[in-house]
Amino acid sequence: MKPRTSGSVVRLAAPLRALAQRFSFLLLVLASIALMMVGKIDALSVDNARARVTDAFAPILEAISRPAATAAHVVESVVEVQNAFEENQRLKAENARLLQWKQAALRLEAENNSLRSLLRAVPEPSSSFITARVIAAPGSSFLRALVVTAGRRDGVRKGQAAIAGAGLVGRVVEVGEWSSRILLLTDINARIPVVLESSRQRAVMAGDNSDQTRLLYLPPEAPIQVGERVVTSGHGGLFPPGLPVGVVASVGERGVRVQPNADLSRVEHLRLIDFGLPGSEADASNDWK
Amino acid sequence: MTLTLWQRLDKTGRNLAPFAVTVMLVLLGLVPVPLPSYAPVAPFLTAIAVYYWAIHRPDLMRPSTAFLIGLLQDLLTGGPLGVNALVLVIVHWAVLSQRRVLMSSTFALMWFGFAMVMLGVACIQWLAFSALNATVLPFNPVLFQALLTMAMFPAVAWFLIRVHRAFLQG
Repeated sequence: MKPRTSGSVVRLAAPLRALAQRFSFLLLVLASIALMMVGKIDALSVDNARARVTDAFAPILEAISRPAATAAHVVESVVEVQNAFEENQRLKAENARLLQWKQAALRLEAENNSLRSLLRAVPEPSSSFITARVIAAPGSSFLRALVVTAGRRDGVRKGQAAIAGAGLVGRVVEVGEWSSRILLLTDINARIPVVLESSRQRAVMAGDNSDQTRLLYLPPEAPIQVGERVVTSGHGGLFPPGLPVGVVASVGERGVRVQPNADLSRVEHLRLIDFGLPGSEADASNDWK
Repeated sequence: MTLTLWQRLDKTGRNLAPFAVTVMLVLLGLVPVPLPSYAPVAPFLTAIAVYYWAIHRPDLMRPSTAFLIGLLQDLLTGGPLGVNALVLVIVHWAVLSQRRVLMSSTFALMWFGFAMVMLGVACIQWLAFSALNATVLPFNPVLFQALLTMAMFPAVAWFLIRVHRAFLQG
């Protein structure tokens, strides 16, 4: 008797289980799509959840990013030893050139100061830096972002500019307690107000997930030359004006493309600029994604 | 024979191995690699893990587990919430629907099956990101990512087989 009942139960249970399985698949697919909607509608709370989770995993990410960085250093130093002589020659030449520039900069600074004092110009708000280490860079075809080891307790705020070496890298989009996320300027969602250095033409620089960025909202007859420097304009009050961003790489039918100064694929440390404009903090938490 | 507490704890720990290994692969995918243009085509390691465990231990890698891992990946990478969750649930479903074939086949056929799944994954990712950004994004990066993931499959599968033998057999 017993085997028969269990047999019938199994016979009954198998299709039920199959049904439940199919239903759970559908349910999970719907849940994923619902989450995408939630992310679009209520970006702020999703960002908060994300910052919490990133905070929780930051120590692990930090631990595993160290050996990777060390391995990269070893490989790099081998390559560098091979090129030491040429590198030394090149650096000597560059140093000589830079010393001339230093003289020019000192002279200009003195001149600038004296002219400012004549004009009674309002001084720029001072800015301070927070240095942070990159611990994660998600490998994805559609995202360009970094996670760094500095957060709210270090003074990081949403919207701050991140620079590395030669230029702007991106801006802070999400702040946790001890970690934060930087949206790189090549990400498709990145928009940065810039100005072309010599023509003083304003534009918005937008990423498109490729290695270069494009300039938007330029007048069609704007005189733009390849090689012109692009710097932040400071509009919006979040970025200090005059941060180097990149150089115009090409002007053509596909628009004006900019090559960023910083090598975004190998940023190890970056500096977040705490630009002390009054009110920017409150705006940052509301308006900036 | 009933199990003692320690035996039961040991069994639970071992049964967590597929989940733990997949979470580890999520974290590994986040390590910054200082190679130019690597990040856009970095292999989608979690898809390999979900594919493998769904074939060999579907009792330990349920659709809900795949969903949770995808969600964790979405939260950590900073992408739109739900995309990786959707992708991994679909990978899991695709495997379960063909599990009998995949289970009895050779490694080459398993690899081929993964290649098919990965092409589907690339299409879904591209569609989802394009829809969420309301533009048509280029398809090439995601295609190269899929190809690189296919190329990485034997190495990761070898590692997963080692974990499988070490923790879940005997």
